Formats: sequence, C-alpha cells, structure tokens
Amino acid sequence: MAETTVDGPLGLLAELTHACPLSCSYCSNPLELTKRSAELATADWHRVLDEAADLGVLQSHFSGGEPLLRRDLVELVGHASSLGMYTNLVTSAIGLSRPRAQALREAGLDHVQVSIQADEPVLSDRLAGISSFDKKIEAARLVKELGWPLTLNVVLHRQNIDRVEAILGWVEELGADRVELANTQYYGWALANRSALLPSREQLENAEKVTRAFRERLRDRTDVIYVIPDYYSQYPKPCMGGWGDRQLVIGPEGNAWPCLSAHELPLPKANVREHDLEWIWRSSPMFTAFRGTDWMSDPCRSCDRREVDLGGCRCQAFQLTGDMTRTDPVCVLSPDRHIIDEAVAAANDPAAAEPVGAVPVGSGPVGLGMPELAVRPHRAD
Amino acid sequence: MTGTVPLTGRPALARFVKMRFDKARDRQVLLGPETVVTLNPTGADILGLCDGTRTVADIVDELGRRYDRVVDDEVTQFLAQLVARRWIAIEEDTRG
Ligand code: SF4
Ligand code: SF4
Repeated sequence: MAETTVDGPLGLLAELTHACPLSCSYCSNPLELTKRSAELATADWHRVLDEAADLGVLQSHFSGGEPLLRRDLVELVGHASSLGMYTNLVTSAIGLSRPRAQALREAGLDHVQVSIQADEPVLSDRLAGISSFDKKIEAARLVKELGWPLTLNVVLHRQNIDRVEAILGWVEELGADRVELANTQYYGWALANRSALLPSREQLENAEKVTRAFRERLRDRTDVIYVIPDYYSQYPKPCMGGWGDRQLVIGPEGNAWPCLSAHELPLPKANVREHDLEWIWRSSPMFTAFRGTDWMSDPCRSCDRREVDLGGCRCQAFQLTGDMTRTDPVCVLSPDRHIIDEAVAAANDPAAAEPVGAVPVGSGPVGLGMPELAVRPHRAD
Repeated sequence: MTGTVPLTGRPALARFVKMRFDKARDRQVLLGPETVVTLNPTGADILGLCDGTRTVADIVDELGRRYDRVVDDEVTQFLAQLVARRWIAIEEDTRG
C-alpha cells in the first residue's frame, strides 16, 4: 500500500488544554471544548513526544487554549527539547511570570509566540474579553529580555485591521523578530461570528499597503508574514501543505488531527490513548482520508491546479457545504463559490459597514455598540 | 541581490536556529521558528564550521582542503543567503 511510503510529519502542534483566560470571538478551538479532567496526563504527553520524535517530528509547538495553564508545561518542553526538537510556545502570555519564563528557558524552550489582539488596552481587552493588554506587553518584553526570539501573532479582522499601523508600531517598539499578521480563517467560532469579523476590501487594501511599507523599512530586523483572508482569493490555500503531509495536531483529550480545524469533520476519531502515533499517521482513516488526490471529484479531479492547492481546505468545504469531499467553496471554479461571494458582498455593503471597528477607541463603556458575538467560554470545565 | 559576506567576518548560527541530524530522513537540517531547511552535504559542512571563531576565509580554506577544489563562491553565496534570512550572524573582525 502507498501508505508505507508516507514521509513522517515535521511538526507537532500539541494543544495541551482548551482552558484559556481569554475568550476571543475568532478562537480556533472547537465549539465543544475538552474538560480539564479529560485532558491527557503528563505521562501520556511524554509517550506522545517520544513517538513523535521516532516518526520524524522536528518541531513541537505547545499551544492551547493557554498552555501556561498546564502545570507540567516546563517538564513537557524539557522532554521535547531533550529529544532534539525545536520547541515553540504559542501563548497569550497571561501567566508568563518571570520565574516561569526562566524555568522554560532552562528547560530549553527555543522560541515564544505571543498573541496580541490590538494596539491599545481598550480594544484589546474588549476583543480578548478580559483586561490583558498591559500584561501581554510586559510579557513580550520579558521574552526579549531573557534572550528569546520574539514572534508576535496578530489575528486580523474587521474590528482591528484598521489599527494595523499602530500594531506594527508595537512590533517595532518591542523589537519583535517576527510578526505574523494572519487574517481570520472562518471555521468554528470565527464562522459563527463571520459577519462581524470579515473585513471589507478597502480595509484589506489599506492594511496591505501599510504592511508592505513596514516590511520594506524594517527588512533587516523583522520578518513580516502576512496571510490574506482566503475569501478574497480566487483559489484556496492548500490545507496545511497537504492533508496528513507535514503536521499533526493533538488535542487535549488525545485526539489527533491533520489540521487545527478538523474537529468537526465526520471522520472516525484517532486517539493517542488507543493507538500509537505511527499507526495514526500512516494508517488511520483520519489521516489517510484526503492524502494525495485520489479522493477528489470534479472540478478538482480534472483540474491543472490539483497538485498545487489540493482542492483547498476540507474543513472549509465541510463547514460551508456539509460535504467534506467537495471543492473548497473559495475556489472560483467551485459550484459553491456563491456562498463566499455573498459573505464578501455583505462585508462590502456600505449600509452594513458601520457599527464594528468604528466604535471610537477609548470612548464609552466597553462592549457597547458591538454586534452580537458567539463568545467562547473562558474555561472548559 | 543578496549582500556579500566579508572574508574577515566570523559567522555563527543565529541564537534561535538549531542545526541537527535528522535521523528519520538521514540528513542535516536547520530548524527555526516555523521552518525546517534541509541541507545538502556541502551546506552542512559549511555550517558545521560556523562557530563564531573561524573567519569566512578560514572556512573557505578548510573546505578547499577537504574537497580539494576552490570553494570561495559557494561558501560566500550560501552564507549570504542565510545572512539575508538572519539565520547566520556575522561578527565583523575588528582585530584586523
Ligand atoms: S480564546 Fe483567544 S487566546 Fe484563547 S485559545 Fe482561543 S484564540 Fe487563543
Ligand atoms: S478546482 Fe479544485 S484543484 Fe482546481 S483550483 Fe479549484 S480547488 Fe484547486
């Protein structure tokens, strides 16, 4: 069978917990959050990391939820590091105290990614659901002080994209080595909140202009990664560089997925409590379902681009059409493209545009004038 | 154009980059945030000598001896690419 020739994964995204002090409306966690009591134990994660290293994983990303809420974080980072992996912490930075940070440094943590929501406290705290901005800035400074390279992650959407220039001001001020400006991907929580989050074309063009100028000016100091929202593209992005091709995600409860957003797909679950990682990666229905191009139907099957974008995102196809084997509706060749066009048209309708993002920053009680959002609960217990 | 690298500079891997042997794929790799770069044997040899003590000229000499041919351009171009990505930092020699 072809599956024996599959290369091992390069990266493991370990979602240690769904618990999080923040409650962002675009959260990439599943709608059904894992309870803390159902989380994998430390010993399980040790085994998972060992098996991942044997499979060929070179990088492990510790994420969540908020990974700092796991008491064994330092120990797990140390273990991954002792296996020779490049270790990365993806954090909101809430809870990154100096002693904790020092312990992580000693455990061998290589890199820290801090998410920020906006450029100033009022908007930031409103988007995150709690007062957190000042703590984030403080934590980002601590990251630099302790000698780590700092990446700032910013999820862009209708309510903060006009602030990109000021956000980049923080990137410069903090001396970040990388910044990832990623427009929201519309799955799960973000899909439920799409009309409040999808920016207009004008907003996007402006943000791109500002970003280009920044990149040009600071090219010797900061890498700028900018991810456009695929709703404004003609063709979809390939899913994670290919389904089950380079990365695997393991959730707090031990379920393994080819991608962060695959939680809702109607595929049999693959759990590290029941199977070893090698079997999960090479043979489980979850990982083999969309590997390669054999699963495709038209228009993808006969399309020249099928090896380029691999038919796009399975999760997006499923969430928007109910059929995970269909062409990603983002594709202009998809018979479902009207779904995307309608959302884009709504985002560019001048009548609909006003309320969001136009709330004057710093004025009035926080939260007023907001459209109704499906809010991710803070904790999953 | 990528810049040039001074022959008197002393290159070293940037703090946040790790080089290691990838057993599963039988090759040397460079690991950075979100990135894995696979190295060919020459690349791996060059980086193996970038210890912050040797100068670029030392590295050229050493590899020239090892391979028994002239490698200046290979070394400088390879390093310039990595400098442009900030994966290699070059300490300029001030001692002359
Ligand atoms: S709520 Fe926000 S910070 Fe927390 S996991 Fe979701 S996106 Fe990340
Ligand atoms: S039809 Fe399928 S393969 Fe062709 S461009 Fe669209 S998504 Fe890609």
